[in-house]
Amino acid sequence: MDVKGTWSSLYWLFCQFELITCSYLMEPWEKVLFYSFNLAMAGLLLYTAYVCMAFHLSSAFQLLGSFLGNQRENALAVVK
Amino acid sequence: INHIVHNGGLYKRPFNEAFEETPMLIAVLTYVGYGVLTLFGYLRDFMRQWKIEKCQNATEREEQKDFVPLYQDFENFYNRNLYMRIRDSWNRPICSVPGAKVDMMERVSHDYNWTFTYTGRVIKDVINMGSYNYLGFARNTGACQEAAAKVLSQYGAGVCSTRQEMGNLDKHEELEKLVARFLGVESAMVYGMGFATNSMNIPALVGKGCLILSDELNHASLVLGARLSGATIRIFKHNNMQSLEKLLKDAIVHGQPRTRRPWKKILILVEGIYSMEGSIVRLPEVIALKKKYKSYLYVDEAHSIGALGPTGRGVVEYFGLNPEDVDVMMGTFTKSFGAAGGYIGGKKELIDYLKTCSHSSAYATSMSPPVVEQIITSVKCIMGEDGTTVGEARVQQLAENTRYFRRRLKEMGFIIYGNEDSPIVPLMLYMPAKIGAFGREMLKRNIGVVVVGFPATPIIESRARFCLSADHTKEMLDTALKETSEVGDLLQLKYSRRRLVPLLDRPFDETTYEETED
Repeated sequence: MDVKGTWSSLYWLFCQFELITCSYLMEPWEKVLFYSFNLAMAGLLLYTAYVCMAFHLSSAFQLLGSFLGNQRENALAVVK
Repeated sequence: INHIVHNGGLYKRPFNEAFEETPMLIAVLTYVGYGVLTLFGYLRDFMRQWKIEKCQNATEREEQKDFVPLYQDFENFYNRNLYMRIRDSWNRPICSVPGAKVDMMERVSHDYNWTFTYTGRVIKDVINMGSYNYLGFARNTGACQEAAAKVLSQYGAGVCSTRQEMGNLDKHEELEKLVARFLGVESAMVYGMGFATNSMNIPALVGKGCLILSDELNHASLVLGARLSGATIRIFKHNNMQSLEKLLKDAIVHGQPRTRRPWKKILILVEGIYSMEGSIVRLPEVIALKKKYKSYLYVDEAHSIGALGPTGRGVVEYFGLNPEDVDVMMGTFTKSFGAAGGYIGGKKELIDYLKTCSHSSAYATSMSPPVVEQIITSVKCIMGEDGTTVGEARVQQLAENTRYFRRRLKEMGFIIYGNEDSPIVPLMLYMPAKIGAFGREMLKRNIGVVVVGFPATPIIESRARFCLSADHTKEMLDTALKETSEVGDLLQLKYSRRRLVPLLDRPFDETTYEETED
């Protein structure tokens, strides 16, 4: 029964989106146009995020790993 | 709380007025909504121009396409692209007397509000929160109706002449004496139409070489009358006495623009209650300024007569002032008296002058006799001269309803504009889709409200306006409040951040409009 509650709250959120962007007032073909444009934009955004972020995140972790590794070696040298 | 002490003790009672500021997120989202609708408006206009879609709005004829365009300005763009989408919330036909409950004819539209058809069904007993029926005199039974029916059988319905020719009935004289006694002025004159009272009489009072200081949010009739008169018009900020004083000082010091001669007359135009904001004019301060700078005051009590004051005599009685301080007291009989028409009250010389020189008395047909009798009966009822305490009870019931309704709505978390004592309650909606949604959802729940958007209000500050009545029982108000709360939760209208404090009478600096404690 939790599915029902989630569905109705999702539907309510969708209604709020409709009210804020005024797609509540549009005719059906306008709604189709608007939602497809929105979904296309959202898809592009996610793709860009996936491609760029994945690359940047992996290179950032590598850099961080190299810093920690170097620091440890230097500390040992000083102590010695 | 501190109101009475400031301003030299001009106010005998606290003056609680508040206009909560628009939350930033809501303003941004409203602009987003308008942006989307504007883009789709351009798309639809493009399609209409290139004949992809059938054009159902008014356009120029083929031969006139090369002339100056008629329908290209913003108002027409707004009309065909935004207003048409939510048009079903306005012009709803009613088919019963507009009392506390009203019957509406159901209508549907199959082509997205371009045309309407009636289904034939009548929606019965819709709670009427939209009619200006403050004291509940809009009835088809009772003493007023019987008296009006008797006069109708005696005098007929039409007068067939203007006041100055053959249209001056003894009923009009009786009504004018009664209105003068009701208001506490020397003399009064009545006209057939409230809008025409303003627009036709201001040109008779002022002319070229005079100065009119008019409030920012004055009604169209006052604006039209001021423009028709040919006087110089200067606007002061809404209910802002510092702005008014500055304008008065400048007018006295500098005189007329080119010649520097003193102004022939300075007339201050204010309204008793402003119908879109629900705010009450700061009359004690206006009168103090008027006396200091020796100018004249014209108060339009269209919404406040009958609705304010312990015995319903309007905004002058509400503040406990002397009616002789206001030079021209104008009002209408449409709102609190259940009739139609307007009046002007003042000194005898003023009214005698208006009787000869006003456009309305010379050219407009005088008031119809049954309407006159309705007003006479209702005024006598309010004054208590018909032997009952019905009038007094109604005035008190309206005040109670106002306080209760406003308090409950504020507690629920809606943003409500205006003064605590005004029976007009504007509830802020802001977003364009919510204007249409609110009107439709409330009608589904059997409550009729008036929603207002651009151009009657600033473009992001659209609102729903509740007009309370002495005829509304507590059960009706509770039902209305429950449904409003439900619709408010459904549409997420409870924007208030509850940071407001009652308007304090401290020196106003022009950077703030909202009185919050910082």
